[in-house]
Amino acid sequence: MTSLNVLVAVCLCYVVLLFGVAFAADRLASVGRSTWLRSPLVYTLSLSIYCTAWTFYGAVGYAARSGLEFVTIYLGPTLVMIGWWWGLRKLVRVGRSQRVTSIADLISSRYGKSNTLAVCVTILAVIGVTPYIALQLQSITLSFSIFAETDPSGSYVEGSSAFWVAAGLAVFAILFGTRNLDANERHHGVVTAVAIEAVVKLIALLAVGVFVVWGIAGGVFDTLQRIDASEIGIWQVDHGRWATITFLAAAAFVCLPRMFQVMVVENDDERHLRTAAWAFPLYLMLMSLFVVPIAVVGLEILPRGSNPDLFVLTVPLAQGQEMLAMLSFLGGFSSATSMVIVAAMALSTMVSNHIVMPIWLNAKGGGASVSGDVRSVVLYARRISIAAVLALGYFYYRLSGGGAALASIGLIAFAGIAQILPALVGGLFWRGATRTGALVGLTVGFVLWLFTLLLPGMGAGVLAPSVIEEGLWGLSWLRPQALFGIEGLDPMVHSVMWSLSLNTAAFCIASLLSFPSPLERLQGAQFVNVFDHSAGPRGWSGSVAQSEDLMIMSQRIMGAREAQEFFQAEAKAQGSRAHFPEPTPAFLERLERELSGSVGAATAHAMIGQIVGGSSVSVEDLLAVADESAQLMEYSSQLEAKSAELSRTAHKLRDANEKLTQISLQKDAFLSQISHELRTPMTSIRAFSEILRDTDGLAVAEKTRYAAIIHDEAMRLTRLLNDLLDLSVLENGQVSLNVTEGMLVDVIDRASSTALTGTANPLKLRRNRAAERIAIRTDLDRLTQVFINLIANAQKYCEAHEPTLSISVHDVGGQVVVDLVDNGKGIPLHSQKMVFEKFARVSAEKAGGAGLGLAICREIMQRLGGNVTYLPGQEGGAFRVSLPLGLEIAAQ
Amino acid sequence: MSRRVLLIEDEPNIAEAIRFLLTRDGWHVETHADGTDAVEKIAGASADLIILDVMLPGKSGMDILRELRDRDDTRDLPVLMLTARGQSRDRDMAEKAGVSRFMTKPFSNAEVLTAVRDLHAQASQT
Repeated sequence: MTSLNVLVAVCLCYVVLLFGVAFAADRLASVGRSTWLRSPLVYTLSLSIYCTAWTFYGAVGYAARSGLEFVTIYLGPTLVMIGWWWGLRKLVRVGRSQRVTSIADLISSRYGKSNTLAVCVTILAVIGVTPYIALQLQSITLSFSIFAETDPSGSYVEGSSAFWVAAGLAVFAILFGTRNLDANERHHGVVTAVAIEAVVKLIALLAVGVFVVWGIAGGVFDTLQRIDASEIGIWQVDHGRWATITFLAAAAFVCLPRMFQVMVVENDDERHLRTAAWAFPLYLMLMSLFVVPIAVVGLEILPRGSNPDLFVLTVPLAQGQEMLAMLSFLGGFSSATSMVIVAAMALSTMVSNHIVMPIWLNAKGGGASVSGDVRSVVLYARRISIAAVLALGYFYYRLSGGGAALASIGLIAFAGIAQILPALVGGLFWRGATRTGALVGLTVGFVLWLFTLLLPGMGAGVLAPSVIEEGLWGLSWLRPQALFGIEGLDPMVHSVMWSLSLNTAAFCIASLLSFPSPLERLQGAQFVNVFDHSAGPRGWSGSVAQSEDLMIMSQRIMGAREAQEFFQAEAKAQGSRAHFPEPTPAFLERLERELSGSVGAATAHAMIGQIVGGSSVSVEDLLAVADESAQLMEYSSQLEAKSAELSRTAHKLRDANEKLTQISLQKDAFLSQISHELRTPMTSIRAFSEILRDTDGLAVAEKTRYAAIIHDEAMRLTRLLNDLLDLSVLENGQVSLNVTEGMLVDVIDRASSTALTGTANPLKLRRNRAAERIAIRTDLDRLTQVFINLIANAQKYCEAHEPTLSISVHDVGGQVVVDLVDNGKGIPLHSQKMVFEKFARVSAEKAGGAGLGLAICREIMQRLGGNVTYLPGQEGGAFRVSLPLGLEIAAQ
Repeated sequence: MSRRVLLIEDEPNIAEAIRFLLTRDGWHVETHADGTDAVEKIAGASADLIILDVMLPGKSGMDILRELRDRDDTRDLPVLMLTARGQSRDRDMAEKAGVSRFMTKPFSNAEVLTAVRDLHAQASQT
């Protein structure tokens, strides 16, 4: 029987061996003689950290419980490697050209170097990976305990072994993961050790498999028969679960922090991927080759109730093959340790870079300019982070009690990590993806995963049973395992479906709705078009660049002053006294970033490319430029439309304002006129009434005369008020017409008798009464008023010795017109236009009225549908009244 | 020597009332109803005081006042201005043009008499 002491000793030896390998590899790498270390084979083997203890031990257990479904775990990565190697190549290229240190860094870098996103991804990774680390500790502890059962000394204590394993792994990870700070974050020692461990676990599993097939069963044929006889052989496929888990495994293969670390960060040469594309699937195939035989034979020969997760160990032990069991133990140990070390390194990089360092730099108030200072802080942050990550895993292991089946914990972690996928793939292939989109998508996916899978899986203590059965807050559509009322699905399928589809939808919608910042745009272009922009490590060669040309171009884009300031600052930074900096690659890159803020990333790149001549403008560049220009043009045409609208509005306002000013002026003038017209008669009335009151001894004739003046002026006031009211009514359209039928001759008869009665020297009228016998249908009283005014005006203003007014009726263009022409001097040309305006009095001497008469005439004729105009070219004053047509009355 | 006043006013009734008042107060009153030749009329009248209406046919009282103030022989002539338009803007304009006294119609007879006497007294002192 192998004693526990021997086992521990073997483990220690193995670890020392790994130390040695790692140390030697680091030494070789540092002196530059590491060609074999950089072989595609080592790269492929390092990818095998995908196969953790979960795969080493758990696959057999999985097969024993669920049959062939375990294959999905291998199928996912195989499909990715073979079917999506071009996607991986892009990922690796981006990672290398951007000097990405972790998956959090990649996502953050893609979306405008957003630290918020980096923190989100880091937290998601820590939450997703911690149970996974706990799983590894559990597997090592369990395997120890198998040997302990056979150890007579009984010195084994389960809890402490997990602790010491965790501590030992932390030391290993710290020693080789944080020995130095490489700019490219490569760890040759660790990678080499991981490759050795990959070989050990493969050999161990193959050895156990060979022993089971040929040592226990009687060869291949016998094994196949046993498989057919067992339950595992019954081909039962739950399509939903198969598709889901295959997809999850594929997603996890790309998104897991430790996979990203070995696949992208530790990658030395992009071409290694080509080898890995066939070699890694082969490795996975070999790893899965004997899973089913071991499970079947284990179920057959071991007593019922044995833990199938440990068949790989217990089958050889039961057969007394202690050396084989020891090898198998080392295989499991290798799987667990390699995963934990790399995962702890990857997580610690993320935690220290995106959480610890920003906090520390903030606390220092941005004064950390001494690079050595920062360096040591980074190293300490990494070390502490590694210890913290392992401590977290250890506590999780202790708290969870190590009860749940290994495979289910692994799958839950996979589903969590897979939430990064939309942001990652979207960031690589879709330029429209934005930071907001990534943040929203990640948050939605994370919350759904937490609610539908992680929390329900952690047992009744975390999520109350009422929540699971009745939904959150009693809402049945918020049941964690039947979201939105979709029931009957496998919890895993249900959770992955909802979390990933809503994650993707939220990511796309938020991306479409939000507008990327210039830096996001620039980074997006570099990520999506990585193959166009980075022939080698990206950069400009400015050997032939003309700084002056660059300056001229920059001035156009950035504005003269900004461009000069930028160039001078750059020249100063280069230590040159010239106005123009040397066109070094670093300067050109900064200039490109500066320009891209104004014209977009693609345009900036193409413009610099044109001047520097270092790169020709590709069709894709041009298309990108066109896209950006279209966006800018759309934006500017929107601006133009807006400004046109603004100027239209301003114009309208100006017009309205002018009109108001005019109206206001007219109102002022009108009020002023009214005031004058009212005050003038009142002045006479007051003056004479005061004279009558205050003067003693006035003659009777004087008194009579003054009283007559007062009376006349009072009458003038009354007329004025009447006219004003009349005009106001007419102008406001409130007048109601009293339309009747009558003869024109009667109207003129009435008007002339009214206008001329009581005047001292009446006007002579010359009329043709026969021609005036025309039937009309209109408001006869109003028409009479017009003629009264016109005849009275002639009476008032005609200064001829024998004043005469000729009234004649004509037919002009089918309309009856009445011309009234006197034999006076007429109205001077310049006054003819204004005679119809209010208060327009042409001559002052005979101003008996208020000057409203003609204005009233015009208003009346307009109401009646006719017209009154001054008739120029006659010997005297002449007015023409156009009657409303026939019997028709113009509509109001 | 009799005091002479020249009244430029186009409303005959108002002109008659003022003439009545001032004549009884011992003034020799001359009237003129047109604005067009008012300035020449004033310059040739050698009056002690001018009473000027604003709204006159031919030329406005404001313009007449400005012309008077531009002439050497009429610059210091006391001018009492009467207007029926009585807006503060007219008063401002008249004061800017150099009016001696501004009065709004309808006036009280006593006011006119007081104003005429005051203006004459001031002119006599200087």
